[in-house]
Amino acid sequence: MLTISRDLHDKIIEHARKDHPDEACGVIAGPVGSDEPVRFIPMQNAERSPTFYRFDSLEQLRVWREMDDNDEDAVVIYHSHTATAAYPSRTDISYASEPQAHYVLVSTRDDSATEFRSYRIVDGDVTEEPVTVTE
Amino acid sequence: MAIEVRIPTILRTYTGGAKAVEGSGATLDELLTNLDTAHGGLRERLVDGEKLRRFVNVYLNDEDVRFLGGLETPVKDGDTVTVLPAVAGGSR
Repeated sequence: MLTISRDLHDKIIEHARKDHPDEACGVIAGPVGSDEPVRFIPMQNAERSPTFYRFDSLEQLRVWREMDDNDEDAVVIYHSHTATAAYPSRTDISYASEPQAHYVLVSTRDDSATEFRSYRIVDGDVTEEPVTVTE
Repeated sequence: MAIEVRIPTILRTYTGGAKAVEGSGATLDELLTNLDTAHGGLRERLVDGEKLRRFVNVYLNDEDVRFLGGLETPVKDGDTVTVLPAVAGGSR
């Protein structure tokens, strides 16, 4: 189950809409072990592509070090699909490497509605989970 | 000669849960081979044949070794090598 504030939920959607038709990506950090998304960290998509995303390697180092210094984890790792469903693709699954993270997928393929779904991806297994948005 | 190597969560199964291990070598290549003697299987997660794997980021201090010398990057006592799996994916 992913519990996320309305504010953070909306920030993810806004980021995805802004970067459309490129895939948007980012992290929400939270205190280690809390499973609570707190700090929104939109990332550059170094691929700048409508079908692929990748965190810039030096930006990722900076953010990961910061989280380590703050005793934070990547609670949410999000990205958008711009022409396909909000479901993890084969590449999403094979590159997922933060077992504690909630992988949020957003789809901006439809102008009038943005799909927002969340998954656990551990050892190549994908499990969708319910999302609770708190006001 | 000690070089600290910081290990990401998913590779800590090779280090008995340790977040950082120490190794030695004059190049990244030698360092990874050295680490593999104490932590068998670790090198193969980072190196494919003769090259670093594409979706693993390896840093020497504050720099990405892709922009230094890849596996041939010289390393020395007091350096910190950090490994982070790339965060990536796509529609396919």
